[in-house]
Amino acid sequence: MGGIDLTIVWAVIIAFAVFAYVVMDGFDLGIGILFPSFAVGDERDQAMNSIAPVWDGNETWLVMGGGGLLAAFPIAYAIILPATYPLMIAMLLGLVFRGVAFEFRWRDPRHRPLWDVAFTLGSVVAALSQGITLGAILQGIHVAGDAYAGGWLDWLSPFSLLTGVALVIGYALLGATWLVWKTEGQAQQHARRLSLGLGIATFAAMAAVSGATPFLAYDYWRRWFAMPGVLLTAQVPLLVMIAAVLFFWSLRRGGEKLPFLIALALFLLGFVGLAISMYPYVVPRAVTIWDAAAPPQSQLFMLVGAVVIVPVILIYTAWAYWVFRGKVGTQGYH
Amino acid sequence: MLDHLDPVILARAQFAFTVSFHFIFPAFSIGLASYLMVLEGLWLKTGSGLYANLYRYWLKIFAVAFGMGVVSGLVMSYQFGTNWSVFSAKAGPIIGPLMAYEVLTAFFLEAGFLGVMLFGISKVGKGLHFFATCMVALGTLISATWIISVNSWMQTPVGYAINAKGQFVPAGSWLPIIFNPSFPYRLTHTVIAAYLTTSLVVGAVGAWHLLKDRTNPGARTMFSMAMWMAAIVAPIQIFAGDTQGLNTLEHQPAKVLAMEGDYDPSPNGAPLVLFGLPSNAEGRVRYKVEVPHVGSLILKHDPSAPLPGLKDFPRDKWPPVPIIFWSFRIMVALGFAMLGLGLWSLAARARKRLYDWPWLHRAAVAMGPAGFVAVIAGWVTTEVGRQPYTIYGLLETAQSHSPLAAPAVAASLVAFVLVYFAAFGAGTYYLLRLMAKPPEAHEAEPANMPQRAAGITPAPGVGAPLPAAE
Repeated sequence: MGGIDLTIVWAVIIAFAVFAYVVMDGFDLGIGILFPSFAVGDERDQAMNSIAPVWDGNETWLVMGGGGLLAAFPIAYAIILPATYPLMIAMLLGLVFRGVAFEFRWRDPRHRPLWDVAFTLGSVVAALSQGITLGAILQGIHVAGDAYAGGWLDWLSPFSLLTGVALVIGYALLGATWLVWKTEGQAQQHARRLSLGLGIATFAAMAAVSGATPFLAYDYWRRWFAMPGVLLTAQVPLLVMIAAVLFFWSLRRGGEKLPFLIALALFLLGFVGLAISMYPYVVPRAVTIWDAAAPPQSQLFMLVGAVVIVPVILIYTAWAYWVFRGKVGTQGYH
Repeated sequence: MLDHLDPVILARAQFAFTVSFHFIFPAFSIGLASYLMVLEGLWLKTGSGLYANLYRYWLKIFAVAFGMGVVSGLVMSYQFGTNWSVFSAKAGPIIGPLMAYEVLTAFFLEAGFLGVMLFGISKVGKGLHFFATCMVALGTLISATWIISVNSWMQTPVGYAINAKGQFVPAGSWLPIIFNPSFPYRLTHTVIAAYLTTSLVVGAVGAWHLLKDRTNPGARTMFSMAMWMAAIVAPIQIFAGDTQGLNTLEHQPAKVLAMEGDYDPSPNGAPLVLFGLPSNAEGRVRYKVEVPHVGSLILKHDPSAPLPGLKDFPRDKWPPVPIIFWSFRIMVALGFAMLGLGLWSLAARARKRLYDWPWLHRAAVAMGPAGFVAVIAGWVTTEVGRQPYTIYGLLETAQSHSPLAAPAVAASLVAFVLVYFAAFGAGTYYLLRLMAKPPEAHEAEPANMPQRAAGITPAPGVGAPLPAAE
């Protein structure tokens, strides 16, 4: 593989898997977060039906992110997971609750309110844990000898709580804009009102997290503000502002798909911002992707499969979304 | 106050608890996915509404079981890192890629086509829908293949080298790693176990409804199909188990000796210990009932072949004998009970009494959960029998765990127990409730809407009102 650095290739693949997870499970977790605000009956059923056929595939990207990290960067996997132990456990248990709620709420109309609560709580806990994990990684993890060396509550800080809340808001925005696309009538109008408020909240949260990050460590400050890099990095907030204008404009104009697509673009920009802050570290200021990398034999073996299979996955995933295209209606897809 | 607890023991308890719970669902969904594929295939081939109804009946059950399998499996894929980080860092370069292939080739396939399988029949037409069912069934089998390869490599590690960081890395080709010595035996034994487990559940549901109404055509068909499966597969499973035993004797002799309760070497042929109370402390089986020479006959196919004893191995490398001695006997006893049920059904069939022999039906109902118990007992036997290692002979369990304080692990263990019993307890209740309803002539599509559960939307592909099954 002369000339190609497999480690960088794998960093890109895993970043892609994480991004795919964040936006895909993001909108269905977002619907869970917003669920209590939907009217019992049609509105809830529409929201649920809009994600029932796809949530399982969305969540598979989380397994891909975790499994891929173990395979390509085992040392990073072995540092980050113990460092965020309570968060990981809370996320998994949250996902258990909301995963079973999808089927159970139809099976048991008498206890449907209970499973709806489980669906919401599970979604909020999972989203919050993921957001706090992001903050915990950004603020730094205590590493010694390629292993985690801190306590079991090191992740807890005002900054990590801020990223936690920010991600919950962001997921809710994805969920609300998804519903603008997939529903009609009253439900759509409600989703549109939610999108407006959540849009404002999301931009505020992005500003807060972006504003706080450079103060975590001098390294972040230097990456964002030193000349001449600032000429490039400044494009990210600039694009976010353009996206904000477009978002509110499309929402006002009654756009159906555009608000969701712009919300996706926002997440992408946030992701690019993260890359600027972190690269080439996987555990900031402690472990680079090369330190954590599996040997080339392992990375190459998987790459052969990934190059062939990931495009096929994307094709049939797109097909599954295509089958369930259009408005969801109250009778399931029609 | 939790500080005096051993975090390794807690982590092991948590892994054992979560993996046992998880294993129940795939053991059922692997077999059920294949059964659904057969039912839909028969329906397309014969056009008989009977098969369409059975397909829909079991599809609703599949949806609930599969969802629980997905979320309990997600937990497993992260628990390697949360609780076994040293193991993950060291073994990641070998087992990581195998698990990544499982995600790429199996999980996405299942998840991608599951939505169409559950909700898409009125959208894609019969042929494409059947294709989706086949892909889900194929996905479950591919998944089993990769994860059993991982587990088998941990049992019989080959094809590795150890690098400067102390990690296990592939020494050359990946083929010996994937097709490691115990893999083919373990895969066969596990997949057949899943089929057998499913056939016992289907048989029990059929039998339950036959006891209430022996003319119900759906119940008759599912009972007959399940009993064919049990009668054919149970003897194959006993044979497959025997070959895996021989393979284990070759590669992990201490495990087999612990299963057999052979503490002392038997230079003139080992007995078969039927029952007793093994004690590692005393190094013997108390109150044992044994049949001379049969142990060697089974393991060496020669009654006077010599066998070693656990005392030939260092004391600190013994697995916990009492656990696997008993889990192994539970598995074997249930295996023979399944064989008995299969043979009984053949006799009933020959005497044309398959559908009206209430004692046979009662026995089939009683055997309904037997597959799950046997699968868990077998799993305990092979996993506990691997102790004290995570990677057999190379990496000890006591050196594999994460640097976590006991209170953290104790709290998560309690949380897992509470959440699993609540979520999966409710799920099991819903499954039983679905199974308690007799299969009807107009089974609705999987209800994702209560309005649809009433069955007002027969899919165009199905052909309007289904003919009442014969």
